[in-house]
Amino acid sequence: MADLSYVRTQMVPQQDPPITETGAIKWARENLFSGVTNSVLTLLALYFLYQVLHEVIPWLFFSTWNANSLAECREIAEGGCWAVIRERWPQLVFGFYPSEYYWRPVLTFVLMLVALAPVLFNGLPRRMVWFSALFPFLAFWLLWGGSLWLPVAVIAGFALAAMSVIYLPALTGTLLATIVAFIAPVLWWLFLAAPVASILQAILPLAIEPIESAKFGGFMLSVTIGITGISLSLPIGILLALGRQSNLIAVKAICVGFIEFIRGVPLITLLFVASTLLNYFLPPGTTFDIILRVMIMVTLFSSAYMAEVIRGGLSALPKGQYEAADALGLDYWKSMRLIIMPQALKITIPSIVSLFIGLFKDTTLVSIIGLLDPIGLSNAIRADQDWNGIVWELYGFIALMFWIFCFSMSRYSMYLERKLQTGHR
Amino acid sequence: MKKSALIGALTLTGLAAGMASAGTVDDVKAKGFLQCGVTTGLVGFAAPDANGNWEGFDVGFCRAVAAAVLGDPQAVKFTPTTGKTRFTALASGEIDLLARNTTWTFSRDVDLKFTFVGVNYYDGQGFMVPKELGVSSAKELDGATVCIQTGTTTELNLADYFRANNMNYEPVPIETNAEAQQQYLAGACDVYTTDASGLAATRATFENPSAHILLPEIISKEPLGPLVRHGDDQWADIARWTLNALITAEELGVTKANLEEMAKGTNNPEINRLLGTEGDLGGMLGLGKDWAKNAIAAGGNYGEIFNSNIGEATTIALARGLNAQWKDGGLIYSPPFR
Repeated sequence: MADLSYVRTQMVPQQDPPITETGAIKWARENLFSGVTNSVLTLLALYFLYQVLHEVIPWLFFSTWNANSLAECREIAEGGCWAVIRERWPQLVFGFYPSEYYWRPVLTFVLMLVALAPVLFNGLPRRMVWFSALFPFLAFWLLWGGSLWLPVAVIAGFALAAMSVIYLPALTGTLLATIVAFIAPVLWWLFLAAPVASILQAILPLAIEPIESAKFGGFMLSVTIGITGISLSLPIGILLALGRQSNLIAVKAICVGFIEFIRGVPLITLLFVASTLLNYFLPPGTTFDIILRVMIMVTLFSSAYMAEVIRGGLSALPKGQYEAADALGLDYWKSMRLIIMPQALKITIPSIVSLFIGLFKDTTLVSIIGLLDPIGLSNAIRADQDWNGIVWELYGFIALMFWIFCFSMSRYSMYLERKLQTGHR
Repeated sequence: MKKSALIGALTLTGLAAGMASAGTVDDVKAKGFLQCGVTTGLVGFAAPDANGNWEGFDVGFCRAVAAAVLGDPQAVKFTPTTGKTRFTALASGEIDLLARNTTWTFSRDVDLKFTFVGVNYYDGQGFMVPKELGVSSAKELDGATVCIQTGTTTELNLADYFRANNMNYEPVPIETNAEAQQQYLAGACDVYTTDASGLAATRATFENPSAHILLPEIISKEPLGPLVRHGDDQWADIARWTLNALITAEELGVTKANLEEMAKGTNNPEINRLLGTEGDLGGMLGLGKDWAKNAIAAGGNYGEIFNSNIGEATTIALARGLNAQWKDGGLIYSPPFR
């Protein structure tokens, strides 16, 4: 019996935890099958996923890019017919823009990214902002072509406004200078800009081939309308929001009237006004560019909404901030620029960006008034005898492109919120 | 505020450019192109190809008018219009001519103040059913579910037809033709009803077209034609007689192929008058002697335009039917050229 020992002389080797308490199984037990309800829901979800993937995966993998018509597609492949995207890709992107000038929208797009960079990210040299300010005119000239002097004449109007703000106050006082700064450029644009531009053009011809708006289409049209609306609606919206809070009765009445009128009307109604009603008001034979009309309407529409979003930000600020600005002896514009607006805009970033995203997606409404944006083009492409009957591929492609744009905007807004996070909640 | 400036400047240039408004034909000649309203896309009637060139039956007519007036079938700019924007586009002068498979009705002609210059396609509402339904006549459709586009005359025609025949149906409302195709193929409805040309075009896109049949009954009259504004008779005459010239050319056997030869002079005086070798019909319209010759050279005569866009050689494969020449039992008939 002496050799019997009940005392272990060596350690028991460490055992693995029970299989149900480790790795994927543990995760599944805890997260997917933690109770009867959850187990049933998991199984249902799995079944649903299976059903969807079962259809979608073969459709994606047994698809073809090489065919010239839907009938050919059906002979080659069982799944999707992406050949339509391959054939119509330039059209979906550029619309009817002449192919020898595709470099112009492409260059505009690249320059747009350059122009946006200093606005979006503050690690870049501040002087790039000047390029951003010039970009809208450059883009207009590149896209529509024609004389370079027209955008130059328009810029001159802004220079006029800047000069009256800088030099006039010494002579006339701030109020009059502000009024002049608003009225002088408008008079310049309405009565002098066009003749001056044509005179300059006659002296020194600087022009590229003009492209009419009817040739615009596809994503180029969506992006052009969307970016114009986005970049103009923010400043106009800020002015409207400030105007609505103004103590000057006339300014306040105009801003409230404008905001409430535009917000009370659906966008599609405004688009119909732009496309059909305006034609009756303008003198017969007037050719007022349809895309410009649409851009104005989209911009007005989103400005009104933007004004209300920003007003929300303004009223969220404690009254002390306004009083502090006054106490520092800042005048109205300075206090707005340095104290109020930075805070109000920071609070409203998520709403502003979701407004932008909504605006960008709303550009597809122009297909209803006969402009060939991607949705309108998908209808036109289906009207081709070769591609009649194609639905999912076109809509899927368009949806993917829109998703890329909108998702990047939403990610950027989250980045911006994190960057501007100052901690007080 | 930035863009408003550009707009101001552009409005001014636009105003300055567009003030002069004489007769439409003078305007068209002055600007050097015809502005033609077409659909935003309808199989066979108007659609842009991959290079952005518009093609189709209605497009063919626009090109013929452009060729008659300006001598160049390519001198056309197309404005895609929807069902909602087409009439205002024409009334406001944004387009010179509307060729958008538009049904000629009393109220459009009289109340909306347009002039239909003729009929280039006689359509009518028909029914499509799957073969396996075992139906051979619309009279057997009692109790069927019917896919129908809402807010169109087809909806009213359908209700009238079923009531007149003492039958019941269950409507499945849909918005567009593309949606209708999906619903019909998914079996959401037994029957799809719309214009017969549209049904044929839709059926041609199915994976298995022979599994579906078009019922023989046509329950409405849809005469489709090009139209212009009231009040400019010279322009309406030009459009009307361009259409008639295409029709007469087919009747007299003038085709794109033998056009040059015929234009040298023939024994048939009507051909000679049509092609300008005798008389001066073009001068009466305010156009050149060879206006009809140019119009025919653009895309061929009526029959050739029909065949190359919607005829039996295409995927849509529409038979001439009502749209055959009157000599062949159809309704296509032109007044004489003299």
